[in-house]
Amino acid sequence: MGDNPSRSTDANAGGAGVTGRHASPVGIGVSPSSYEEPPFGGGGALPKKSRFSMESGFRGLSVASGAMVLVIIVAIAAFLISKAVPAISADKVNFLSFKEWFPNETEPRFGIAALAFGTVLSSVIALIVAVPISLGIALFLSHYAPKRLATPLGFVMDLLAAVPSVVFGLWGRDVFQAPVADFSVWLNHYFGWIPIFGGEGPFGQSIMLGGLVLAIMVLPIVTSLSREVFQQTPGMNEEAALALGATKWEMVRTAVLPYGKPGVIAAVMLGLGRALGETIALALTLGLVYNISFNLIQVGGNSIAANIATTFAEANDTGRGALIASGLVLFAITLVVNMAARAIIYRRREFRDSAA
Amino acid sequence: MSVLESEQSDVVMRPDNIRTRTLPLVANLATAVVAFIVSAVVVLTTGIGNWVLVVVLGAVLYLVGLNIVASRVEGRRAARDKMWRAAIYSACLLAILPLASVVWTLVSKGVDRLDGNFFGTSMNNIGARDAGGGAYHAIIGTLEQVGIASLIAVPLGVLGAIYLVEYGKGKFANTVRFFVDVMTGIPSIVAGLFVLSFWVLIVSPWFNNGQPRFSGFAASLALSVLMLPTIVRSTEEMLRLVPGPLREGAYALGVPQWKTIVKIVLPTALPGIVTGVMLAIARAAGETAPVLLVAGGAAAINFDPFAGNQSSLALFVYQQAGDASKYAPARAWTAALTLVAIVLVLTIAAKLLARRNSLTR
Repeated sequence: MGDNPSRSTDANAGGAGVTGRHASPVGIGVSPSSYEEPPFGGGGALPKKSRFSMESGFRGLSVASGAMVLVIIVAIAAFLISKAVPAISADKVNFLSFKEWFPNETEPRFGIAALAFGTVLSSVIALIVAVPISLGIALFLSHYAPKRLATPLGFVMDLLAAVPSVVFGLWGRDVFQAPVADFSVWLNHYFGWIPIFGGEGPFGQSIMLGGLVLAIMVLPIVTSLSREVFQQTPGMNEEAALALGATKWEMVRTAVLPYGKPGVIAAVMLGLGRALGETIALALTLGLVYNISFNLIQVGGNSIAANIATTFAEANDTGRGALIASGLVLFAITLVVNMAARAIIYRRREFRDSAA
Repeated sequence: MSVLESEQSDVVMRPDNIRTRTLPLVANLATAVVAFIVSAVVVLTTGIGNWVLVVVLGAVLYLVGLNIVASRVEGRRAARDKMWRAAIYSACLLAILPLASVVWTLVSKGVDRLDGNFFGTSMNNIGARDAGGGAYHAIIGTLEQVGIASLIAVPLGVLGAIYLVEYGKGKFANTVRFFVDVMTGIPSIVAGLFVLSFWVLIVSPWFNNGQPRFSGFAASLALSVLMLPTIVRSTEEMLRLVPGPLREGAYALGVPQWKTIVKIVLPTALPGIVTGVMLAIARAAGETAPVLLVAGGAAAINFDPFAGNQSSLALFVYQQAGDASKYAPARAWTAALTLVAIVLVLTIAAKLLARRNSLTR
């Protein structure tokens, strides 16, 4: 598509300059640009290729814009590192294993361990809840629902993906917290013997609340990506399964799911990336406590991004550097997750143009 | 029990006996009713939970019961098919519940302060005991920040997509394409931290006598970092849909490549590009974290995006949510409703535009 047809194979013979100048009609016999130099090759009738034409200017501009993406990614890493290194070297304790966060004192002590743990735990809970449900919805939209229902429902899902995270955070704190607290009390009463549901309370702003709110937020993303993948299942495969006598579910299991597996994995990882980086919803729903605990229902939990948003206001120079250092860790984690997801998508080229 | 086994020599094949038997709808519904009654009796007499547990246990019993009943009538495979169908339908219902709750809360709590005062005043001089106050300054901030961010990100993004589709070949273009995709996943707070360490702490002191300074422009920079990959991706998809013969026709007429792109390719893809841009704007308008980090938030109206703190609607929601005043939640919910309205109008307009787009249809 668009393979430079205006070029001849010998770049000097005509080049972009052939059509780059419309001021003088081509082919009138003499090159109007210069009478001194002999014209190149067989294009004696054509104007000489100018060094700075619109063509090369436009091309350069677009190449620069494309390269800008790489520049920005490298710049993000470079600037975060440059601000993080002084803060980490001022840290009196091990940055990777210390659990608390006191970067603003004269002897700054801070560590990423509890924050990174909370980030991963809340995201994993969100995925455990969201993935089965969103795969169900995706299958419903792509294979079960009548078209009249599937189109508006898919539209609603796309709209939900656009709802700002602060709205989900506000809803989670003001509305969803009470039922989750009740549920936590119930879990604690009957399943308190399992460590993750143990504890004495208080319950409410817990990892579970944060994880569930995150689940609601990643649901539309995972759903719309996996729906697109499921819809791309070749009709031949589905019909072949049905013709062999498979029931609808067997058709889904033998034709749709295996075909969509890489796409679904990528969708889940993209959802994971979104959940890991989520800031405001978690800042509003977690208990913001610096500890490492698998207890899901007691007030507690924290994440890298939520910690940045909540402690940024009172941070001094070292504090800012410490927050930037934690952001660097988050950047590294999400970069790895996203690159893995994209690498999976790129292996299956047919998904490449749809799974955005 | 398959047809072959049940067939007897003296039975004539008719439409109703060559098909496998199916579970009547009545039996299906009866299973559901029985499941929920059993669940209600079990839960409420033992007192281990309330109606939520009744529903959850009822749904599980229904799925199991349906499997048992259907496998008696239709056979194991058909029963499993029925059970999964029911599970998929209930996943859909389960997802709609919280989303409906979000919408309902937004509307019911948001209308409290939906008045002229809210859209006409700022939070300047509004104390904890004052009922008034509004989001005028935040709306100004959102419009300016998103506007400047679009001015930066749209040309860059469209040109980047032109590079990928029209000029890009080989390893470098593939690298760019890969990192555009990776960049879509950058958390907004990381973009905020990047602009904080780059613009606020290093560049802005040059313009402000050596003092770092928050500004709305810094927020625009962070938002444009977030918008850029989205715009590149959607524009790239649209440009790829432009038919090759259109380009070739232009080349055959002697039109240079840049002019073909500007005059032929871009206008053809324009509706799709606008759709992508609007979706990116909608996403950027809802971002809180970068604005919090680099624009700082402010209570007063600040029209100048290049100097001094600015607020934005999303940040206003967050700050009011953390405010101890008893009037703050109402302001937060109304601002959230406004924000969602803006974002949804943009998104719906973009989708409708996409539906009228002749390229994608």
